Amino acid sequence: MSVSILDAGDAALTIEFGDAIDLGLLAAVNALDAAIARRQAEGGLAGLIETMPTFRSLTLFYDPLATDREALLAELQPLLAAAGQGAPARGRQWRLPVCYEGEAAPDLAEVARTLGITEAEVVALHAGTDYLVYMLGFLPGFPFMGDLPRKLRLPRRAEPRVRVPPGSVAIATGLTAIYPWESPGGWHLLGRCPVPLFDARRDSPSLLAAGDRVRFVPFSADECRVIEAGLSSGEIDPLTWLDADAKRATAAQEGA
Amino acid sequence: MNTKVELEIVAAGAYASVQDGGRRGHRRIGVPWAGALDSRLMRIANALAGNVEGAPVIECFDGGLQVAARGGAVRVAVAGDASVEVDGRDGRRKLPSWRSVTLAEGESLRIRRMLSGRLAVVAVADLALPAVMGSAATYVRAGLGGVGGKALAPGVRLPAGAGDAVDRALPQPPLADAGPIRIVPGPQTGHFTDEALQTLTAAEYRVTAEADRMGVRLEGPRLAHRGAAEIVSDATVPGSIQVPGNGQPIVLLADAQTAGGYPKIATLISADLGRLAALRPGQALRFATVTADEGASIARAHEGETRALIAAIRPLLPDGIDVAVLYSANLVGGVVHALAAEFRPLPSDHA
Repeated sequence: MSVSILDAGDAALTIEFGDAIDLGLLAAVNALDAAIARRQAEGGLAGLIETMPTFRSLTLFYDPLATDREALLAELQPLLAAAGQGAPARGRQWRLPVCYEGEAAPDLAEVARTLGITEAEVVALHAGTDYLVYMLGFLPGFPFMGDLPRKLRLPRRAEPRVRVPPGSVAIATGLTAIYPWESPGGWHLLGRCPVPLFDARRDSPSLLAAGDRVRFVPFSADECRVIEAGLSSGEIDPLTWLDADAKRATAAQEGA
Repeated sequence: MNTKVELEIVAAGAYASVQDGGRRGHRRIGVPWAGALDSRLMRIANALAGNVEGAPVIECFDGGLQVAARGGAVRVAVAGDASVEVDGRDGRRKLPSWRSVTLAEGESLRIRRMLSGRLAVVAVADLALPAVMGSAATYVRAGLGGVGGKALAPGVRLPAGAGDAVDRALPQPPLADAGPIRIVPGPQTGHFTDEALQTLTAAEYRVTAEADRMGVRLEGPRLAHRGAAEIVSDATVPGSIQVPGNGQPIVLLADAQTAGGYPKIATLISADLGRLAALRPGQALRFATVTADEGASIARAHEGETRALIAAIRPLLPDGIDVAVLYSANLVGGVVHALAAEFRPLPSDHA
């Protein structure tokens, strides 16, 4: 695997494994990230502040007053050798509720029209696939997930929206995502997920982690309102949406 | 009775928020660092107020901020090239910036306007706010830090005090630097035509009205992409210069998204982030390229200057004593000049 080391100013560098969305590249990114974390735990890589894994690259943020690139790269060299041998991190399986109707789905009709299929077919395709969380970024807790069924692939909207409502479930190119926060955005909005994806009060503020798998489950607008009320009153735990089999496996592991 | 001593925001000006050194370690879940846009201003302001250098401060854009002491005396310090005045018991008086002042109960301090740049930092003695994910820095989009995760607004009160009851001044403020903003080419310079990087460093760019804590949109000669103006999203860093399809560069700052799909032609060096953030809409700027190693040398020199500035801070005698006497007694200002000149000859040195 070819590796490029790209300059990102005097306080960061990007180790790029490729320029595509590809499980092999992701595995290499994860393996290097894990190797760096181990090295740091052993007291190495002084001056490294944090790493940011993406689909295809790992960016290292460092303090130029505490280290220099030459020292950092020398220490990285043996870790890079290990990067070719990793497997993508195995995460948890989620089943997240989505309302695919009415105000929650402003682009559903247009997407169906553009693709030449019915709205019900769009929903069945979108909710009929297991998605991998490739990475988190853009906004706190924002999951880049894929891959979309071929039939649902569309370029981004020609006119990005100034305001995408929080919870929006969106598609663009080969990916799907949930906007945890109101923000501008150019993706097509197919529905709304009532489960908050980010809560700074939790030990792990982001609900989803890179490597998790997500399946969307259609619920009616009324059902979603009930779910949302339950979540905000605390009657429903967001972890309810972990897949039942996955929950059993976790419980068994913890019991062992 | 034990009343709470607080600092009330009377007016927030164009935009004011609580910031500190920033929130590290969470970019992998999409959380930017936030934090002071110009950490030197934060550190100097805190040193003037008698705080630790990374304590939370108020960062404000374009002046207009007014704060008042409630429930007791509050010491505040202003860093930035600002015109400041105090509404006190004995009437209104002007105050130089780059010093602290103890406001008696009911007195207020106002940043009338910026004399240059657009950023000022007000440090507040004994300002304590809970850390959210390791920092008190306000990040509005996700409602993190500060006071309720929001920008400061009139009526907000911050816990405050008089600290160690010593006011201080910085004898010689940092020198304004009108030199080019320095950039390191990459990480995606190869996504642009060969002329694009030349254009970026040869032409003049102008700050548009879209300039805030997230980033600064520039306008100037178009930077042409070699192919599509899109990449598979990867990490952004503070200082990334991303270029969307319209060819106009956008410099990302402290609150910017942590990942993006536009190619990044170059990255600002860390020492120049504060200078760029301080440029006003309409202001022109130029870029010059350096290597990453040169950028790191500049970062070390910048740090040396900042430490020299902080080391030069002197206690003030009780009010009424002419501050200018202290200014003229300054013995270390020349050190600062020498350090700056080593890396960037001042215009006067060419004369």
